[in-house]
Amino acid sequence: MATKVVMEALSPTMEEGRIASWLKHEGDTIEAGDILAEVETDKAIMELQARGHGVLRKILLAEGGTTEVGSLVAVIAAEDEDIADLLAGTAGGTGTAESSEPPAAPTREPPAAAAPPPVAGGATARVKASPLARRLAAERGVDLAAVTGSGPGGRIVKRDLEGPGMPAAATPQPLVSPIGSYEDVVPSQLRKTIARRLVQSLGPIPHFFLTTEVDMERAAEARASLNALGDAKISFNDIIVKVTAAALQQHRECNAWWQDDVIRYFNEVHISMAVAIEDGLITPVVRNAHAKSLREIAVETRALAERARERKLTPEEYTGGTFSISNLGMFGIDEFTAVINPPEAGILAIGAIAEKAVIQDGAVTARRRMRVTMSCDHRVIDGATGARFMQTLTRMLENPLAIVW
Amino acid sequence: MSKTFDVIILGGGPAGYVCAIRCAQLGLNAAVIEREKLGGVCVNVGCIPSKALLHSAHMAHVVQHDAKLLGIDVGQVKLDYGVAMKRSRQVSEQNSKGVGFLMKKHKVTVVSGTGVLQEGRRVQVGNDVYTAAKAVVLATGTRVKGIPQIGLDINKTSVISSDEALFLDQAPKSLAVVGAGAVGMEFADIFNAFGSEVTVIEALPRVLPVEDTESSATLARVFKKRKIKVLVGATIKSAKVTAKKVTLDVAVSGKSETIEVEKVLMAAGRALNIEGVGLDTTGIQLDERGFVKVDELLRTTADGVYCIGDIAGPPMLAHKGSREGVFVAEVIAGQSPRQIRYDNIPSVTYCHPEVASIGFTEDQCKEQQIDYKVGRFPFTANGRARAANETDGFVKIICDTKYGEILGAHIVASHASELIHELAVARANEYTIEEIELAVHAHPTLSEAVAEAALDAMGRVMHA
Repeated sequence: MATKVVMEALSPTMEEGRIASWLKHEGDTIEAGDILAEVETDKAIMELQARGHGVLRKILLAEGGTTEVGSLVAVIAAEDEDIADLLAGTAGGTGTAESSEPPAAPTREPPAAAAPPPVAGGATARVKASPLARRLAAERGVDLAAVTGSGPGGRIVKRDLEGPGMPAAATPQPLVSPIGSYEDVVPSQLRKTIARRLVQSLGPIPHFFLTTEVDMERAAEARASLNALGDAKISFNDIIVKVTAAALQQHRECNAWWQDDVIRYFNEVHISMAVAIEDGLITPVVRNAHAKSLREIAVETRALAERARERKLTPEEYTGGTFSISNLGMFGIDEFTAVINPPEAGILAIGAIAEKAVIQDGAVTARRRMRVTMSCDHRVIDGATGARFMQTLTRMLENPLAIVW
Repeated sequence: MSKTFDVIILGGGPAGYVCAIRCAQLGLNAAVIEREKLGGVCVNVGCIPSKALLHSAHMAHVVQHDAKLLGIDVGQVKLDYGVAMKRSRQVSEQNSKGVGFLMKKHKVTVVSGTGVLQEGRRVQVGNDVYTAAKAVVLATGTRVKGIPQIGLDINKTSVISSDEALFLDQAPKSLAVVGAGAVGMEFADIFNAFGSEVTVIEALPRVLPVEDTESSATLARVFKKRKIKVLVGATIKSAKVTAKKVTLDVAVSGKSETIEVEKVLMAAGRALNIEGVGLDTTGIQLDERGFVKVDELLRTTADGVYCIGDIAGPPMLAHKGSREGVFVAEVIAGQSPRQIRYDNIPSVTYCHPEVASIGFTEDQCKEQQIDYKVGRFPFTANGRARAANETDGFVKIICDTKYGEILGAHIVASHASELIHELAVARANEYTIEEIELAVHAHPTLSEAVAEAALDAMGRVMHA
């Protein structure tokens, strides 16, 4: 089935975009997720990703050309597929199809020239969905027409709206929508000055680092007792993801994006999880990690990491995080610093858990310890702000029951 | 007779025989191996005969206690458990024969004997060896068990199980029922109606411990009203057993109590029929709870061997086993059936009033920190229930606050077992609380209480 490539809203305020360069050319084979073009938005050069696979059949907007969000810029389709109708509909951008034959399908709805959906075809079919799925979709702003149903006869059921990437997969602005509720705060003049000066001194993102050593004895006990229950095995990383999310709920000031003109503070926590893949790394996102049980996180991170290694992640699955975690503990790395994953403002670098001699109540004992280093974007997070978050994180890891406190 | 089949099923209970029928419908040549009677525990010594006795018990109760009020003076009432028992046996026989008829109709071969699984999808029955071309399905079920650790081994005279209770010629003068789950509560109901002095002993703090606390409380109240002694949070410290009587030393809420009864009925848990089936020699593993380990397609750890019913894991319910039988048959036939929704299997206790439930209890919603609301409606406010003089019980629906998803439903009523399916269908189709109420319910019916409970959840209850 043909896929329309439209100018996407690549930033929250973008209304039009300019094709800076096409990275794929007519005739190229395209996989979903491939970067088709670089688009200059009101703020930055962003990447335009393919939402379907096939061959890049037609480029409609040349390099340097500008068009508004939602306009067709290219068509991806099978090699021999007829795309004349798709192309005809775009002539002049005002709507009426010029095909010589009337469309075969009866028109139930008035033809909607504006707001083309990202995926063409099947638009007039009745959407089959359970009442619960309809309510969930309405509440979350998901377009059911874009959801694949897994219920009887392809009916959309609750489960179809709950996978990773939902509701992102169904909305017309996949790169910015999965984030949930947040608040944009205009930085003060002081903060703007700090931001400008720090950037000048340290490069695009002014990093600074906070390191602490955490006692992991109780986390290890908690993990052992949870794993004794059977079912999904909980890893230390799962515990760290959960605790980080819980700590971020208490420190919204670290769960944020630097957006140049605003700092976006998120109410939900979406953890980007650095996963090493064959020739690089990728950060699948555990969405709403604060609201998920350890068991759910364990199952989801396992699945995401596996899909990451198989390179099967959809863009919605590796974008839209609000905070990152990079764990090199399994390589025996004791301590390291990680590079911030913009526009996020913080990342935790997790070292190995190792037995160390610790003085406790005046006596030397062996305790399992772990070093954690947080890289902070100084434009968003100040030293004391980051330190307070790290304090909460340490307290929670050292007393995992605090997650439910 | 051909000794090769597409599918060989060990066990002709509600899981096994249903699996065989579905196999036959899908064009597979199936054999069922059964060492006792077709229909398994359910048809022969479980669901079916106990329902026959419960019907007798209910009639006995109505005749003795309500008849006069209903305008029927029956004079002196004489109860005979033996006669009721014989009728229940006829019902069982009919049902078991019915299963045999169904096997014939679908050309399923029934092999009498005990099947032992061997390597390579082969099953030995006596001296014969049968080979399954496609799959072997284990459906051997469970059996009653005693608690030998406290001296309550089933001796079939004074310490009995449901197996013996279903064949008694007369009701015992006094009976202690150990375990207040579905089986215990049903037999307590039966023998109380037939004049036995009944004591129910439950280790957990309430009767029907897996049901919603409100269901447990209502049933405990009704049973007490009927002079059934209910001891919860009670531990049997020791038992002195003779052929004529049993003396139990019971610790309940810090006090020690001695109970002397003619018979003890063991109704606490069941043992899996997995010994001698050949699991060890074919590499079939058990899970940590002791059930046969299966994956999401109900495959065991041995190639080509599936497992369904009680031994594949809880809930140990006939209808769960049957559904697994259908599912596995379809998997074997190469179809991809929809996953069984184990969270949407109704559970019913058929004492009077009946207790039925589906989905989460309120306590489970609390544990999982779900934001929920509850709609309730008592049968005292339902016209049909009042007309029938059966006003014990309620409908309780738990739904998610935000979307109205039906999380669970709990019904205590004279016909709760029938009422629960409206909610089973609703949950299976993801109807919200609103759709329940939107459907017009006939008046006057017990089902109106379901609609009213839905209204109550939305803050608009009409008749209470």
